[in-house]
Order: sequence, then C-alpha cells, then structure tokens
Amino acid sequence: MSNTHLELSQVSIDFPTPSGPFRALNKVNLKIDQGEFVSLIGHSGCGKSTVLNIVAGLHQATEGGILLDGREVNEPGPERAVVFQNHSLLPWLTTYQNVELAVKQVFRGQKSRREMREWIEYNLDLVHMTHALDKRPDEISGGMKQRVGIARALAMQPKVLLMDEPFGALDALTRAHLQDSLMEIQAQLGNTVIMITHDVDEAVLLSDRIVMMTNGPAATIGEVLDVNLSRPRNRIALADDTDYNHLRSQVLTFLYEKQRKVEPINPKKANEQQKKAEVA
Amino acid sequence: MSAALATLNRINPARWTVTVWRDLALKLTFPALGLALFLGFWHLGAQQINTSLGTFPGPAEVYSQWTNLVDEHRQEKAREAEFYQRQQERNAQRLAADPNAEVRWRDFNGRPTFFSQIRTSLWTVMAGFGLATVIAIPAGIIIGLNQNVYRAVNPIIQVFKPVSPLAWLPLVTLVVSAVYVSDDPMFSRSFLVSMITVTLCSLWPTLINTTVGVNSVSKDLLNVSQVLRLNWFTHVRRIIIPSAIPMMFTGLRLSLGIAWMVLIAAEMLAQNPGLGKFVWDEFQNGSSDSLGRICVAVLVIGFIGYLLDRAMLALQGWVNWDKTAVMR
Ligand SMILES: Nc1ncnc2c1ncn2[C@@H]1O[C@H](COP(=O)(O)OP(=O)(O)OP(=O)(O)O)[C@@H](O)[C@H]1O
Ligand SMILES: [Mg+2]
Repeated sequence: MSNTHLELSQVSIDFPTPSGPFRALNKVNLKIDQGEFVSLIGHSGCGKSTVLNIVAGLHQATEGGILLDGREVNEPGPERAVVFQNHSLLPWLTTYQNVELAVKQVFRGQKSRREMREWIEYNLDLVHMTHALDKRPDEISGGMKQRVGIARALAMQPKVLLMDEPFGALDALTRAHLQDSLMEIQAQLGNTVIMITHDVDEAVLLSDRIVMMTNGPAATIGEVLDVNLSRPRNRIALADDTDYNHLRSQVLTFLYEKQRKVEPINPKKANEQQKKAEVA
Repeated sequence: MSAALATLNRINPARWTVTVWRDLALKLTFPALGLALFLGFWHLGAQQINTSLGTFPGPAEVYSQWTNLVDEHRQEKAREAEFYQRQQERNAQRLAADPNAEVRWRDFNGRPTFFSQIRTSLWTVMAGFGLATVIAIPAGIIIGLNQNVYRAVNPIIQVFKPVSPLAWLPLVTLVVSAVYVSDDPMFSRSFLVSMITVTLCSLWPTLINTTVGVNSVSKDLLNVSQVLRLNWFTHVRRIIIPSAIPMMFTGLRLSLGIAWMVLIAAEMLAQNPGLGKFVWDEFQNGSSDSLGRICVAVLVIGFIGYLLDRAMLALQGWVNWDKTAVMR
C-alpha cells in the first residue's frame, strides 16, 4: 500500500451520445507500483484506450479519479508521457526536432543547451535511432517512427509511461525487435509502464502484471494475472517454458471463453479473431 | 541537394536516353500543337467578325499593336528624360546667375503608358492581396481554433463571401473619400479604393481555408500538444500553423487569382489607374487600333495572372514541409 505509485480508484466514465450517456467504464480499480510494467488486454472497443486516456488526463473520469504519488491528476502533463498507436510525430519536424520539442518544453530552465542536446541524443540512442537524426517521419519506416515516438516519451522522463498499442501497426518481425528493445530499456531505466495490447504473447513477455478487461459497455477489470517469469526474458527460451505457456493459456481462456465476443461488430475483424483463436 | 543533382543529371546529355527524348518531345509537341491550332482558329475566325470598329484583329494585328505600345512607352520615357534634363539645366543656369534664386522642381506629368498601367495594377494587386493575407490568416487561425468564434462569424462570412466587387466599389469609394482626408496624402485615393476593393473580395478564400486547415489538425497532434502542455503561443506556432500550411496556400492561391480579376474590374468601373482603365479608355476611344490594343491587354492580363499563380506555387513549394504534395 505504501509504495503505490499510481492508483485508479472507482474510475467510471460516461460519454454523451445522442441517445443519452454511454457508460464506457464502470468502477475501474487498479494500483500500480513504482517500476511496474502493466499490460491492459481486452477485446476491441472494451475501453482500454479510454482507461489510458483518463490516466493521461486527456479524458475526464465522470466518477472516481487517478492518484499519482498521492496527488490527484486531472489534466495532461509530461510526467505521464504517452506513446500513441500511430506514432503521432509532427510530420514537419525531423527525428531530432521531434524529441527536441518535448525536451525543450520539459527541461526549459533546468538543462543547458548542451545538456539538452546530449539528452536528446541519449534517448534516441536508447531506441537505436541516432542514424536518422535529420530524417523526417515520412522518410523513415513505421517501426522507426514508433521508436522515435518512444524516445520522445522517454525523453520527458515521465513518472508513468503510457503506451496505446505501440506496436499494433507493425509487422511481426519489427514488433519482436521493438519488444526486445523495450525490455532492454525497461531493465535499464525501470520506468513504470502501462501498455495496451491485443497480443497475448506480447503481454506475457513484457509484463509484470496483465490486467484483463471485460467487454463493454460498462467495462471493468475482469482478472489480474501476475507474471512471475524471471528477467531478462528471452522469447525463444520462453517458447517451451511451461510457466509461460500456462500464463498464456490463462489469458487466452479469459479472452476467448469467459469474455467471448458474442456479436461481432465487424465481420472481417471477427474472422481475424477466429483465425487467431484457431492458431492459438 | 538531391534535387540539384537530379537537375544536373537531367542536363547531362550523356544521360539523355531515348525515353528522355521522347518525354521531352511529348512535353513540347502538344503545347506547341495546341498553340498553333489556337492561333489558326483565331486568325480565321477574326476575319469573319465585323465590328463597328472594323474587323476583329487577328494575331498579326495584335502583335503589331504590341510593338506600337512598346514604342509609345519608349517615346514617353525619352520625353520624360528630356524634361528632367531641361529642368536640371534651366535651374542650374538660374542658380549660377543668382545663388539665391528660387528654383522650382516639377514632376514630369506625362500620359501613363500601357507599361506604367501594368506597374500600377501590379502594385495595387500586391498591396490589396497583402492586406487581405495579413487580415485573413490571423483571423482564420483564431476562428479555426475556437468553435464559438466560428459559430459567431460563420454566417457573416457566408454572406459577404459572394458579394461582387462591383457592389463593393461605390461603398468603398464613398467611405474612402469621407474618411481619408489629408492635405498631403501618402497614397492616392484611387489607389486606396482599388486596393480596398481587392482586399474585400480576395479575403474570403484565405480566411475560409485557413479556418478549415486549423480546424482539421489531427487529434493525435492535439493530444501531443496537450501532453507536452505547450502554451497557447507555442501550440499555435509549432502545431497549428504547420498543420494548416497546405490549406492556407490553397486559399492564398485562390485569393490571389480573385484579387487579380477583381482589380481589373474595379479599375475599369472606377476609372482608377491601371490595366482596367487602359481597356476602358481604349473602348471609349474607339479608333481602329482599339480592338487590337484591348486584345493585347487581355493577353497581358492573362499572362500576368498566370505568372502570379506560378509565383505563389513556387512560394508554396518553398514554405511547405510536405514536399510530396502534388501541386498544379
Ligand atoms: N469520445 C467518445 N464518445 C463516445 N463514445 C466513445 C468515445 N470514445 C470511446 N467511446 C466508446 O467507448 C468504448 C471504448 O472505446 P475505446 O476506444 O476505449 O476502446 P478500446 O478498448 O481502446 O478499443 P480498441 O482495442 O479497438 O482500440 C467504445 O464503445 C467506444 O465506442
Ligand atoms: Mg484503443
């Protein structure tokens, strides 16, 4: 209790819609410790992004609230940096300038010009992007953009790093590569992270805890799974690990048996999900 | 730099393969063909049209009027130089005879030539368009940023946007003569009237496009701005304006096109100096040369409008961060 870093307490949100308020989240409670890596997993549309946006301060909870180090937060700020799903780099700025914008904003008056420069380069080095400092976002690949987005968030030296499906739009190989990078960085910096994902393997591989959400409307936390696999983790070694596979099947059971999506909104997406389930 | 290299490669004849030649041939052949057909139809068609001022001028006649206009301009310039030289000599002599003599320096008061009218028109259109830009871009940003401001001004914009320059002109003329009273005016009244009319008519596309551009900044970028807690000014400068630049330029190009069209009409109607007045004077003059001279004016007006648009496009290419944007 004493080392609770971030607390979501009784968080509910109603979205105004033409047919009255729509309760997307209902009484979400979660405590996260300093340095913990938490994944949020759940079916599409259940409200994962909404949770993250409330923590980020981009949405306001209708009831309940967020405590960060015992203080309530209800507006956005760089101490809760966000990595968005589609990188959201400013297309008219280079890699370096994108990170610079954040660093200048956060460390104005604290770091000298030279220190800022070193800090920007340090963070881009963490994500292995120093080779493309002067490239614009449309000149680098999707994976690289996502790396720069992560560097920008890390450079804000956030208390909590929020990631909304950071690797969702990437191919499997690039995704694996970035997951490894992220584990490396996490081992080095010990950030507190909340990451949304659709990918069961990603959740088990990266997290200390997996938070599984029930389907909406009025979604809430269904189960929380502790992942006690030792670090550093190696995806190849883990593939045959019984603990790993057990955890994996627990998540899959939750998603595809307990919270099975009854009526697919989008037949194409439903097909994909079915395929995924079959493969699993 | 890569662009420069590409250009160099293109110039290097060793790299001119068959495809490059064919490409160039196509690029030149069809415009040339189009032009030739146009001149041919013009030549033939013109002979069929008999006006009260004689047959409609063909390309050759128009070309000879063009050379006439150039000659007239040269003569006028020569007269001007002569005038100033004579004045200089006369005053020098007088001062030599009596150092305390009162000498007068007068300005040359010649007839405005075709080319001085072009200069007047260009200067007026630039001033009017410049003023419109200076008003429309900041206003567009403010309207685009705030939904309530948008709701407040949108009806007004929609009503004023379609007003023809010819309707504005009398109002502007009366207001300028009432308000702009000065013994030593910096600008002539006719200049102000033309300029303000141009501003009033060319304001809207820039205003509306800037508003739309500002309004449609991606939600993700707005979120980034919020997470970074950018202050209002930084937010506008680093996020809003760069996002809206492509739309702003779309508006600016439309505005400049309108500005040029409106100016000619306003000059014609108000008898204010410029190309419009030139056309009107020739029409009133009604000599056998008039039609040819008006044709020259029409072509020059079109050509200048084209150059203005190209200049705007070049500026856009230079300012816009999105180098992949297709520009036509
Ligand atoms: N601004 C809003 N207004 C109204 N309803 C909204 C709004 N934002 C989200 N919702 C609704 O809230 C629910 C949760 O949306 P959310 O984006 O959080 O889902 P998600 O779990 O992130 O889905 P995905 O995995 O597809 O990203 C959805 O039913 C959505 O329609
Ligand atoms: Mg989402």
